[in-house]
Amino acid sequence: MSYEFHRFFYLLIAVVATAAVVAVSALILIYLERKVAGHVQRRPGPFEVGPHGVLQTVADALKLMGKQPFRPDGADRLLFWLAPILAFAPALPLLLPIPFGPVLTGLEVNLGLILILAFSGINALALCMAGWGSNNKWALLGAARAVAQSVGYEIPLLMSVLSVAFMTGTLNLSKIVAYQGPWPWHWNIFTQPLAFLIYFVCAVAETNRAPFDLPEAESELTAGFHTEYSGMGFGLFFLAEYTNMLVVCSVATALFLGGWQAPFLPGFWWFLIKIYLLLLIIIWFRWTFPRLRFDQLLNLNWKWLLPLGLANLMGTALLMKIF
Amino acid sequence: MDSVNRIRDDVAGLWSLVKGLKVTGTCFARDQVTVHYPRAQVDNLRTFRGPIELVESPDDPRRPRCIACMTCAGVCPHGCITVVRKKPAKMEKGTEKGGGSDKGEAKKKARKGPATFTYDYTRCCLCGFCVENCPVRSIRFSSRGYLAGIDKGAFVFDLLEKFGEEERSQKPEPGVTSPATAG
Repeated sequence: MSYEFHRFFYLLIAVVATAAVVAVSALILIYLERKVAGHVQRRPGPFEVGPHGVLQTVADALKLMGKQPFRPDGADRLLFWLAPILAFAPALPLLLPIPFGPVLTGLEVNLGLILILAFSGINALALCMAGWGSNNKWALLGAARAVAQSVGYEIPLLMSVLSVAFMTGTLNLSKIVAYQGPWPWHWNIFTQPLAFLIYFVCAVAETNRAPFDLPEAESELTAGFHTEYSGMGFGLFFLAEYTNMLVVCSVATALFLGGWQAPFLPGFWWFLIKIYLLLLIIIWFRWTFPRLRFDQLLNLNWKWLLPLGLANLMGTALLMKIF
Repeated sequence: MDSVNRIRDDVAGLWSLVKGLKVTGTCFARDQVTVHYPRAQVDNLRTFRGPIELVESPDDPRRPRCIACMTCAGVCPHGCITVVRKKPAKMEKGTEKGGGSDKGEAKKKARKGPATFTYDYTRCCLCGFCVENCPVRSIRFSSRGYLAGIDKGAFVFDLLEKFGEEERSQKPEPGVTSPATAG
């Protein structure tokens, strides 16, 4: 067999495996989210379907799949149906360059970080299309917020990522992980704590999670950009949200928490543990913090994260030049 | 100086975020406070204002206190209460006419009371007017907090049911027509 064919086959398996990972982790995450929400509010959470409600998300997914796709009058047919697909489609290329284990990387590319940052930008476009195409005032307001938020928070995110790239001298995620050691004091979070903080705040904002969930603020905009979506249209947005969470947490793990590098257990398990710890923290945030006002959101970005990110980047550059 | 203060405030605000996480974190670790209904039920229903029920008479717990004065049926804003008076027995009437020595005993036998007491819970708004206005305090809110049914008819209650057959046997004679007995 030729090399090209081998490579193509490998990529195909990687894509299918990634899709499986996305689907399974979405099921787990939604269950986890509802359980955490329940316990934080001192109630049991889903309990009826399966033991302790473990099959609740499966039942919900079946329900969403069984529902009729419905488009409101006056909605833009093309944009309305393209938006949920466009929101979910980037999920697969986003997860491909992530090193899940020492040899478990779907697509080994030099510019993995750039690939992820580029494809994650599509999400804002999808939300914008959904809001515009729905012919609904709440959806439109949600879309406007989504764009302002995503564009704003991408800049400090990029800066915190860049400061790690400056240190390691590469944009290849596998090499960034290899640069770090197995123990916590070898990880980049130890040398770049501020960058990690900025990255994490921006990541929560980029995935439109509470307290930055203004595009889908239930109490103000009913459901924001996905007000008019039901069935699998809504399901895809939902899936995209959890996939994006998975992606930002995977990138955070690879950049700052040593990726699969850790003692005792095989690398793959450590990667999963680290991702899920970060995801749990994001879920914890959601059930703790109230939503920001829109001016607070932009003030936090432009007056705090951006200057701090810039200062951190300059400092890193300076230190890298000196030493 | 003002901007310095504002920056200090913002940094102090970060600490409040940690505090918030601590609050939800401890709540997460604590026991649940909700009761998981089909498997367990709450036991503090004493103050629950459920559908109304009739109070037992102090001297005869097999009879309601109700004197069938119709006040409840009158004040009920939705007309969910239908009371039909008990017909005085013929024998009792005779003794009353005779008058004389055993007047007290006759009075006791000729006690006023309801023949039927129907209550349509589907129309009740639990306003409590009947409870407040009953001259003999014969109506109270029950603590039936777990009332459920799949049929509207299941919520039309015969409030005399709990007093057993004795009260029910003294229904008005077939000749007497009233809206409540027709149903």
